[in-house]
Amino acid sequence: MIRYLIRRILWAVVLFFAVTVVSYVLFFIIPANPAKQACGQACTSQDVKRVAHALGTDRPIYVQYGKFVKHLVIDRSLGYSYFSRQSVNSIVGAAAPVTASLVVGGAILWMLIAIPVGVLSALRPRSLLDRTSMTFVLIGISAHPIWIGLIFAYFFGFRLHLTPITGYCDFINPSTDCGGPVQWAYHLVLPWLTFAILFAALYVRMIRANTLDTMNEDYVRTARAKGAPEWLVLRSHILRNAMLPVVTMLGMDIGLALGGAVFTETVYSLPGLGKTAVGGLNNYDLPTVQGVIVFATLAIIIFNLVVDLLYAWIDPRIRLA
Amino acid sequence: MALLEVRDLKTHFRTDDGIVKAVDGVSFSIEKGKTLGIVGESGSGKSVTCLTIMGLNPKRNTISSGEAIFNGQNLLTMSSSDLREIRGNDIAMIFQDPMTSLNPVHRIGHQLVEAIQLHRDVSKKQARARALELLKAVGIPRAERRIDDYPHQFSGGMRQRVMIAMALVNDPDLLIADEPTTALDVTTQAQILKLMTTLQREFDSAIIMITHDLGVIAEIADDVVVMYAARVAEQGNVDALFTRPQHPYTWGLLGSLPRLDTDVDRLVQIQGQPPSLLNPPRGCRFHPRCPYVMGICKTEEPHLMPVDGDRTHTQACHLDQTTKDREAEKLLAGTMAEAS
Repeated sequence: MIRYLIRRILWAVVLFFAVTVVSYVLFFIIPANPAKQACGQACTSQDVKRVAHALGTDRPIYVQYGKFVKHLVIDRSLGYSYFSRQSVNSIVGAAAPVTASLVVGGAILWMLIAIPVGVLSALRPRSLLDRTSMTFVLIGISAHPIWIGLIFAYFFGFRLHLTPITGYCDFINPSTDCGGPVQWAYHLVLPWLTFAILFAALYVRMIRANTLDTMNEDYVRTARAKGAPEWLVLRSHILRNAMLPVVTMLGMDIGLALGGAVFTETVYSLPGLGKTAVGGLNNYDLPTVQGVIVFATLAIIIFNLVVDLLYAWIDPRIRLA
Repeated sequence: MALLEVRDLKTHFRTDDGIVKAVDGVSFSIEKGKTLGIVGESGSGKSVTCLTIMGLNPKRNTISSGEAIFNGQNLLTMSSSDLREIRGNDIAMIFQDPMTSLNPVHRIGHQLVEAIQLHRDVSKKQARARALELLKAVGIPRAERRIDDYPHQFSGGMRQRVMIAMALVNDPDLLIADEPTTALDVTTQAQILKLMTTLQREFDSAIIMITHDLGVIAEIADDVVVMYAARVAEQGNVDALFTRPQHPYTWGLLGSLPRLDTDVDRLVQIQGQPPSLLNPPRGCRFHPRCPYVMGICKTEEPHLMPVDGDRTHTQACHLDQTTKDREAEKLLAGTMAEAS
């Protein structure tokens, strides 16, 4: 177990460097001068040179990367934005809770939809419920979140005045003009729904398929032969086994989404990581983009590890070695 | 009175291609403490017969009719909650593949305790003690430790022992064993059969043994039902069946048995394939594969008739008695001659 953890952590370090190197290289392939962007329209070429020197973007790529790693390891700092000169740590620190609110709430919502719908469709295949839910799945998978987001904002926000159209409110600390749990949830209802639809659709399909597969297992027949009532067969023998792969998927999807739900954040103007990354890219602001990438990589690595540990705990056949 | 009396049992499955008549008019009975063997090829309907008795076929596409009278009650028409009371309590079942018949995420002990507590109002501790007792009875070494293991930590033979323990845990009157030794290697097969006969005496249960292995039948059965294409081809007590087999299909089965005491290059095989039950052949269902086929076999269906001189032995074949006795004798003499 300890050996397994050590090996996983070493691999995580390797993965971490691979991801950051690739993002550095990609950034330098972009034919643009971040210094010019940071300096502004009115700058002369002299000014741009001075800015480039101040930012360090006139140095070779490996020197810049070396500095990035040095700051990260020694000062635990992601550097400073080229554009706003704010510390990237504080930029990511401010954006991460927004994305986390969106993702965790969305995940709870999509599981609340997907588990009952998936299981019921599996229990009654080809029933009206099954056909309806499969139509929903098809729409959910096909419709783009930006389109869904705009439609929701238009109907629920603009026409019906049930929800705010866009914007975000802080959960604890009202840095903006609104705040508190109620306002927070009120502003997140539509983003949660928009974000959850795609995943709910995917998960309904997966849970339905897993449940159908498990229902035909020999041990389910054994349970019935023992005289177990249907609810017990379903709970203890079918669902327990059918949900095993769902746990893996859920952990990986949450890890992935924590890197930024770009579309949902953009359409509802949520100041999360996805929006921060998009803004950073538009300004050729490497430190900010890199900060989001570092955070996303860590989230994925940590969630994958958690999933593996959790899986070993819930499935006795898995041994970590 | 018989413990279980099955009369004209029919099980039909609705499929996209039409109705599959998996069991088509099967009757037999079994007395308390006796062993009934049901033999036949894969797809002859032997497993479905037993799943129907247990009410374990998928409800959605199954049509069953006939009667299965167990202790005076018809299992086929009783409510599903009444049937649940009987399942695992009065009638227990062991399945073919022990590797997949135990739930991989629950401990062995938990699965046995569940079986006990479904039917007995006992504490977890008492149930566990009973589970342990049964695991010892079926010969699990170090049962005190292994009761907390998971199924994947057991070998195939050991898992089948666990399945047997789980089936016997509520002291059932009838144990249905659906090819319990098919998935096991030969030495383990012998151990499991021996275990079953020992436990049968101890628990005084009747056993229905489903198998395609006549060797197993010879070993443990009192009575035998030979099934072919969803129907009974021949039925009788085990001595009669082995000394005076009456149906060409039974001859085929007997002829295809491998023997250690003779030196044969090739085993005799029954030509052809079992028929599709979607659209079975007219007349005698065995006629396309039968070496003794006559004109009448293709048009008229033979009914189960008693064999001359033995009321309990019935068969469904148009051949006349003299031919049948002569062929049976030839078959037995052949194996005897090879043996000597």
